[in-house]
Amino acid sequence: MEGMIAPPPMSLLAELTHRCPLQCPYCSNPLALEPKNNELSTEEWLRVLDEAAALGILQVHFSGGEPMARKDLPELVRHAAKAGLYSNLITSGVLMDRDSLAKLADAGLDHVQLSFQDVDPKQAEIIGGMKGAQPRKIEAARLVVEDGMPLTLNFVIHRLNADRVPAMLDLAEELGARRVEIAHTQYYGWGLKNRAALLPTRHQLEATEKAVAEARERFGSRLAIDFVTPDYYADEPKPCMGGWGQRFLNITPSGRVLPCHAAETIPGVVFPTVREASLKDIWEKSKLFQMFRGVDWMPEPCRSCDRKEIDWGGCRCQALALTGRADAADPVCRRSSDRGVVDAALSEINGAISPASETFVYRRYGSGD
Amino acid sequence: MMTSPSPALSETLVPAFARGTRLQHDRVRDQWIVQAPERAFLADPIAAEILKRVDGATSLQTIIDTLATDFAAPREVIAGDVLAMVASLAERQVLIWKA
Repeated sequence: MEGMIAPPPMSLLAELTHRCPLQCPYCSNPLALEPKNNELSTEEWLRVLDEAAALGILQVHFSGGEPMARKDLPELVRHAAKAGLYSNLITSGVLMDRDSLAKLADAGLDHVQLSFQDVDPKQAEIIGGMKGAQPRKIEAARLVVEDGMPLTLNFVIHRLNADRVPAMLDLAEELGARRVEIAHTQYYGWGLKNRAALLPTRHQLEATEKAVAEARERFGSRLAIDFVTPDYYADEPKPCMGGWGQRFLNITPSGRVLPCHAAETIPGVVFPTVREASLKDIWEKSKLFQMFRGVDWMPEPCRSCDRKEIDWGGCRCQALALTGRADAADPVCRRSSDRGVVDAALSEINGAISPASETFVYRRYGSGD
Repeated sequence: MMTSPSPALSETLVPAFARGTRLQHDRVRDQWIVQAPERAFLADPIAAEILKRVDGATSLQTIIDTLATDFAAPREVIAGDVLAMVASLAERQVLIWKA
């Protein structure tokens, strides 16, 4: 609606760099990766963190690429802590050692989210493309737990590792994690490019649901499980980002400010940057953030749907990727006239006797993709 | 050292925030929140008054006494609120017990 006041955002995903030693074919970074010489400077990030705190952000998630590839990470964490921001490090762990963790802990880091590609080291290497990554990750987990900082393990689930979800949950317990995320791949960007090799079968999905339910019973409240389903198998879309421009903002390595990490695919709009405007102005006034905020932009069937303020029309980037229109209903929704494109992808996977493809397009930094 | 996961709640226990959780005043929205791994939740005014007194050194007994005095309320009512809340937060690993 015209003049709609945006409530202040809660959460900032700070993508410090796209540099990363891993090459996961479902990476949430955009297909066009940012070169190092475009990255925001330390001083620019310090200013952005102050602006974020003043705007109402409560938690900052330092991410990448691999955020530990930035030498100034402890300085950024220290500054975030001083500004009252809760700091979370989203890392692959492969660059972590006792000394680098100690520096981050001393700077006031609150929490670590450590990604694993699999529990089987060989399979993990097929996904991450980095030899010897698994023992480094295990060591990183031990260091975090030894330090006493709360640890979340993150597993991205797909057809090649879905059968090992029970072992993933066991590993989280064994390592002493406080939380574990069993997060099915979301299919945009790299994930969409590799969908034919990644999308699990319905049978696999159901087995992961069962494994999670059993582990919840076993763990009680000592180890929380965050389970993210693949929305292709759902009848209704997810409330992507809690609604466009309502709770969340993402800053790319070069300073563009986005309502979600895939938003750079949206055509016909200027992407605001912290180099040219304040975070507050961008959040409240930029065209990008107002584009799909609230419900007034909605077409049918969303406009007259009783769920419109529950799922906010689903994911704009998925609508764009699958229908060519960013302002269409998310085609995952059974009420969408485009649901057929999702069902076609599902029947291809569930009908095939052998997997359609296990050939990945890897996310390689600096390969000119 | 800390912790036993669910001791019978005795007022001699000393609650503390677990590493990675804390009470914080959200000055933009003028409210109290609990910061925790990957989430922040609202502390209502009663919860905030209780949690402001959690410092890892003060026992539940003293916290309850102080609140009963500060708010001129019957001690058993305050004790009920405090014990129920800290039990639930300990269950969710926001609070731990100091020996």
